[in-house]
Amino acid sequence: MTKAEIIESVYSLVGGFSKKEASDLVEAIFETMKETLASGRAIKLSGFGNFVVRDKASRPGLNPKTLARIRLDERRIVRFRPSLVLKLRVNGGRAPRAGAEKKMLSRVAAANDERE
Amino acid sequence: MSKAMTKSQLIEVIAERARLPRTRAEDVVNCIFETMSAALERGEGIEIRGFGSFTIRDYEGYTGRNPKKNEPVAVKPKKLPFFKVGKDLKDLVASRAHLPLDTGDDRS
Repeated sequence: MTKAEIIESVYSLVGGFSKKEASDLVEAIFETMKETLASGRAIKLSGFGNFVVRDKASRPGLNPKTLARIRLDERRIVRFRPSLVLKLRVNGGRAPRAGAEKKMLSRVAAANDERE
Repeated sequence: MSKAMTKSQLIEVIAERARLPRTRAEDVVNCIFETMSAALERGEGIEIRGFGSFTIRDYEGYTGRNPKKNEPVAVKPKKLPFFKVGKDLKDLVASRAHLPLDTGDDRS
């Protein structure tokens, strides 16, 4: 799945937006998330997962190709922790669904049924 | 220090940025993450250029141990979503490593 398909989903399932508007909205959301994480702030998306920012200390390491000893500098990284709901879903389990998301969920599910 | 941004805060930022009613912004945000969850549920990966990509990783079953009782437990094979941070985001976050970190509570 690419960003284009996500934009198409917003365009056809939310409705009321032009393709350009749907595209701008999707871009704005990922841009906002990037800026937020860059500012050192985590993002918690209930039902999906959490994006967290972590500082890693410098440590000794190996160059995997040459096996030469190198020093890994301290760095700041982003990690994703999938929610329990998402973990259950990818394993074929039924997950509890919140009211606000229910409407969108059934629309996406209906669109998927048509695709199959 | 600022706490983690929640989904409702993300919705508010988008409503303001795009000058949309909050309920419309909420529909858009829910649609995006529901569409992505449905793709992962089908076992399909997602690539969002500049942000990152999501794949489903298969893990084999193994014999673990109950740490309290010290008894062996069979852990079944499972799938887990895996996020690989995109180059843009990776570099952006690394370049701001001097900013204070909101470690917050990262458990969902």
